[in-house]
This record gives sequence, C-alpha cells and structure tokens, in this order.
Amino acid sequence: MEEKFKITSVVSVCNNRIWLNGQLAFECKEPDTARFLLSAFQNLKVTYPKFYKMDGLSKLGWVATEYLLKDKPGFTLNDNYSAGMVLANKNASLDADLKYYQTVASIPSPALFVYTLPNIVMGEISIRHKLKGENAFFIQEEFDADFIAQYVQGLLNNNILQSCICGWVDLLNEDYKAVLMRVEKNGEGVEFTSQNMLTYF
Amino acid sequence: MVMEKLMEDLKTQIVEQLNLQDVKPGDIGNDDPLFNEGLGLDSIDALELIVLLQQHYNIKLLNAEEGPKVFYSVRSMAEYITTHQKANP
Repeated sequence: MEEKFKITSVVSVCNNRIWLNGQLAFECKEPDTARFLLSAFQNLKVTYPKFYKMDGLSKLGWVATEYLLKDKPGFTLNDNYSAGMVLANKNASLDADLKYYQTVASIPSPALFVYTLPNIVMGEISIRHKLKGENAFFIQEEFDADFIAQYVQGLLNNNILQSCICGWVDLLNEDYKAVLMRVEKNGEGVEFTSQNMLTYF
Repeated sequence: MVMEKLMEDLKTQIVEQLNLQDVKPGDIGNDDPLFNEGLGLDSIDALELIVLLQQHYNIKLLNAEEGPKVFYSVRSMAEYITTHQKANP
C-alpha cells in the first residue's frame, strides 16, 4: 500500500515578490530581475560570496530554497542522503547559454560556461544545504504536475528519499518564476498530490 | 611607480572580472595570497584570471604549471605581466 506524503512548505517567487506558505515574505520594486534577486539575497542577511558568481537561474533557485528552508534548518541534518530534489523548467539554461555565447566571439568566459546546464541550480542548492540524495531536472513546456508527483512519490515510496524539494524554477531574461515545495514523509501539511501542487501555480 | 599603478589596476580588474562584490580593490594587499587562505578563489576563478591576462594585457599563459606561481598574489601577477610585456612589446 502506498504511503501518503505531505507538502509541508511552499515558496513562490514571481513578479518581484516572494510568498512563503501564502504569506508575503519579501517584496521590492527593483526594475530588473537581477536587482530583484540581489535584493532578495541581501534581505536574507547571509554571507555567501558564491551567490554573486551564479547565473540567474541558480540565483533564483538558491534564493527560493533559502526561504523554503528558513524555518527548517534541520531539514537535511539527520541524513543528508535521504533528502533530494526534483525540479523542472521550460527554458533549461538558455539564459546562461546566451550570455556565454556572447563571450565566445572574443574570449569565452569559464565562469559563464559552468552554468550552461540547467541542473547546475540543483548543485548550488545541494552545496548550500548539504543535500546528497537523488536529484533530477526535467525540461517541460509547462509544469507537468502528474509527472513530477509520480516521480517524487516513486522516490519516497521506494525509500530512496525521505524528503524532497520539488517544483519549478525557470528564468529567461526578465521572465522568471519559481514554485518550490517541501515534500516529506513525516510532517504536517496538505496531501502531496498533483492537484494540490497545481494550486500553488 | 609603474609597478604600483599596475598593481592597483589589477586589483580593480580582479574584483570586476571575478565579481567579488564583497571585496573592494583596496582590501587586497599586494602580497596577499589570492587563493586558499587569501581571497578564497577557486579553480574557475583561476581560469578567469587567465582570461583577464589575455583580455587586458594580451598575454597568454602557455604553461599551466606556472599558474600557482603567477597567480599567487597581485605582485606576482604584476611581475609576470611586466616581464612578458617587455619580452613581447
């Protein structure tokens, strides 16, 4: 018999606002995405120099996860291998790809090149939160809740993971959106179903 | 004097090229180690420093084994640039 899992926390980042579990957690009126993400980072009051070097997609995912786990610092402390991540987006790493391509005409930038894969955002999040469990990144035209729910449930049902961060993180030029959820075997929240996931989009 | 100016320019270029937003050029000592216990730069930063030499000074670091010595500090970079600009004016 399959277990029931819970969505224990949800963060949403779009339109210059960050919502955490339905509450407005941060808002600013910066004129562009880069400055909004920088302000959101500075609002966290953490020292993390690597943030400045990340591409936009990684900054978006990093900031979203920071808010998502803000009230749960012990999310991964018991067993880092039991916490994983399943993310998806539409534009892969196209934002970084285009910026890197602009440098190819002169001298290609190594610092931009390392971000020309969408799953690098998961690497940055994993380093920050010491997540060592299974992870996967999917490219989808739009968020496929049925697919993601089935995939995450499989990981949890088979005890590959005990908890998972899953959702959508997409950025291209000035368009961005992140909706990340914390899904856990033990915890309080709404039931983890594709229908419930879609209510956060 | 030329050497001093070159080192000041290098500090500004390093901060810009490596996007060190928490560091001001004046915070970097001429002899401070750039890696490890110094600025804490990583392997990607090392590649960016190679690009910096090429972009700003038209100098290509051909021997990778020279890297740790050349990029030890701002002074060692400046000395390398001075030597190679004289060799290839």
